[in-house]
Amino acid sequence: MYVYDEFDRAFLAERVAEFRDQVGRRLSGALSEDEFKPLRLMNGVYLQLHAYMLRIAIPYGTLNSHQLRRMAHVARRYDRGYGHFTTRQNIQFNWIKLEELPEAMAALAEVGVHGIQTSGNCIRNVTTDQWAGATPGEYDDPRIWAEILRQYSTLHPEFTYLPRKFKIAITAAPQDRAAIKVHDVGLRLHRNEAGELGFEVLVGGGLGRTPFVGKLVRPFLPARDLLSYIEAIMRVYNQYGRRDNIYKARIKILVHEIGAEEFSKAVEAEWEAIREGALKMTDEMIAEIRGRFLYPDFATLADNPPELAEALKDARFATWHANSVHTHKVPGHAIVTISLKPVGAPPGDATADQMDVVADLADRYAFGEIRVGHEQNLCLPNVAQKDLPALWAALDAAGLATPNVNHVSDIIACPGLDYCSLANARAIPVAQEIAKRFSDLDRSRGIGRLHINISGCINACGHHHVGHIGILGVEKNGQEFYQITLGGRADEKAQLGTLLGPAVSYEQVPGLIEDVVETYLELRAGPQELFIDTVARLGVEPFKERVYAAH
Amino acid sequence: MPLIENGQIIEDRFLRVADEDALPEGVPVLIGADRFLKEAAALKGRQAPVGIIWPNNRPIADIAPYLDQLSLIALNFPTFRDGRAYSQARLLRERLGWTGPLRAIGQVLRDQFLLMERSGFDQVDAVKPADADAFDEAVHRYTVFYQPATPDERPSLLRQRLGRTVSGVPAGVPK
Ligand code: HEM
Ligand code: SF4
Repeated sequence: MYVYDEFDRAFLAERVAEFRDQVGRRLSGALSEDEFKPLRLMNGVYLQLHAYMLRIAIPYGTLNSHQLRRMAHVARRYDRGYGHFTTRQNIQFNWIKLEELPEAMAALAEVGVHGIQTSGNCIRNVTTDQWAGATPGEYDDPRIWAEILRQYSTLHPEFTYLPRKFKIAITAAPQDRAAIKVHDVGLRLHRNEAGELGFEVLVGGGLGRTPFVGKLVRPFLPARDLLSYIEAIMRVYNQYGRRDNIYKARIKILVHEIGAEEFSKAVEAEWEAIREGALKMTDEMIAEIRGRFLYPDFATLADNPPELAEALKDARFATWHANSVHTHKVPGHAIVTISLKPVGAPPGDATADQMDVVADLADRYAFGEIRVGHEQNLCLPNVAQKDLPALWAALDAAGLATPNVNHVSDIIACPGLDYCSLANARAIPVAQEIAKRFSDLDRSRGIGRLHINISGCINACGHHHVGHIGILGVEKNGQEFYQITLGGRADEKAQLGTLLGPAVSYEQVPGLIEDVVETYLELRAGPQELFIDTVARLGVEPFKERVYAAH
Repeated sequence: MPLIENGQIIEDRFLRVADEDALPEGVPVLIGADRFLKEAAALKGRQAPVGIIWPNNRPIADIAPYLDQLSLIALNFPTFRDGRAYSQARLLRERLGWTGPLRAIGQVLRDQFLLMERSGFDQVDAVKPADADAFDEAVHRYTVFYQPATPDERPSLLRQRLGRTVSGVPAGVPK
């Protein structure tokens, strides 16, 4: 965990006071809605279909139990008893009254939680691997670097009114769980041949209406130069990013229009001028931030303790264990993923009671620490293996032990037409319907790893382009239709999916997805071949033939 | 529109002159970049001060050869949401070494005053009189800053924190 000090707390209190003043000026009419909008957005406040929505940052996906409990309190006191975890390591509350917002924010600020820069045309909440610091094989804890960027970018005087939103993601493990290739800037921490720590820098990835995979602009940036290099990127973007057309304002368009090489040249020239300046980090500065991350005091334990072996005789526990428990870097410990995708519920929703349960369990079994991943699930990164049976029993009792992580019913979906004013189609009911079709766990285990991603419109909040199966809601003659793509992925081999064929109606979607999955089961080279690999081997044609013949 | 310099409302000495109008003698003038660049040679002989309005879509580096001819640089915010002039201001101060007055003009609102000040502006031309009255409050809203802005005056947080160490959970972390 990163520990806020009085500096961070003073800043947060001042930010809340500023927002309270802005809300006051809006209510008195001193600020027009046009003037107020960017100010409220930069504090995470949207005006949605039904009400104001509050989006709260979970920096690098890490929460402590007090913070999660406070979110439960906000859900209960100011919302309708639940919150929605998103693909950006945020949580959203959909039903908060404007007059009560400053109060809710003050309650959150007391535990160091806020909505700063979760929206607006600024550098957004920096995201990373939800297993950071716990997974084996990491080059470093990426959260240290995400925290350095959080500090640097918070209320940056030069980069608060950028052409468009700006998202940075970091990974430091061989497996990319942060989808860095579909971010404005993707950073892959690694070591060079001399053993020095540095970043591979990708720029210009992103989804939305013009999806791109990020382009490599620098294979190795010494870690201490991170801030000056990011500042150079931001400065080039701020000056040359397009402002004439909101749909062409993201950095990906600039990089695409002038080319990655030209772009990189401009950045390098700017960087040369500032790299030895105030932003150059010293080892002491980095060590200081590193020192503010507290790690659990792990006990010396052996892998596979007798308690675990005994519990594994229970088939339900064993299923959950196979699905939700992952290898930890410390022997005798494990990383646990908590599925927020029980069949029939909106993906990513958690009730206030469930948040409290998870907070309590984190205190009891996981050193008080909780993580949020972009798949809209929670995670307890540090659990002793001997405690897994008791943890599972408690999760199960709270409806939080659905063993479907990475399975076909572990669907990522945006709010779609149920909450979002930009939507063309429903997303949550589509996810629920598909999950129901695959509710048989033996069947979904047989299918293996398969990611379905659903967005209610072209903005791609549900990451549909990078779903193994992507579903995009479009509108045709006032009716909801859905385009299906296959073969996308958001990991270290990220790529965009390929369109399967013409869009289909709402009613046809679940059947079509079943057909796609059945086709895979027939065509795969063997049970070891994942869906995504079968699509890579065969392309979408054989799927198209079978699926559209049937409809 | 009230003009504020270093926290005080001041009289604008500079007369804004449109491109097609003649420049009055003996009066400080503020003129557009196109006109200035066209007449730069002739303006060298002028006795009274000259200020320039530099548009935010033109590389600020192009102004470098003329700095010693200028008594004021104004950068434009066509809307408060267009942040290009923040970068221009920093480049002017930190890269090109401009130490003279730097004015923010256009859609200049209270909620951006602090960002402007930290980017190197020392004059703001406020759109709303009430904003001008609230200048002091607006720029003193924060007592702490995370990042260095203008290099020498404001040390970065990362730097300020040097030497501080944490032992265990510090006071104030909610239990
Ligand atoms: C409910 C209110 C929301 C609104 C109004 C909204 C709006 C948007 C818009 C307009 C874009 C495209 C921006 C662009 O390309 O310039 C976008 C992108 C995105 N949104 Fe949302 N969104 C909302 C909720 C969510 C939720 C709930 C999630 C997660 C479940 C989410 C995650 C994302 C992501 C990951 C992108 C990135 C696509 C990219 O890389 O371009 N958003 N959103
Ligand atoms: S993808 Fe579209 S419908 Fe879904 S949340 Fe984003 S803007 Fe709304």
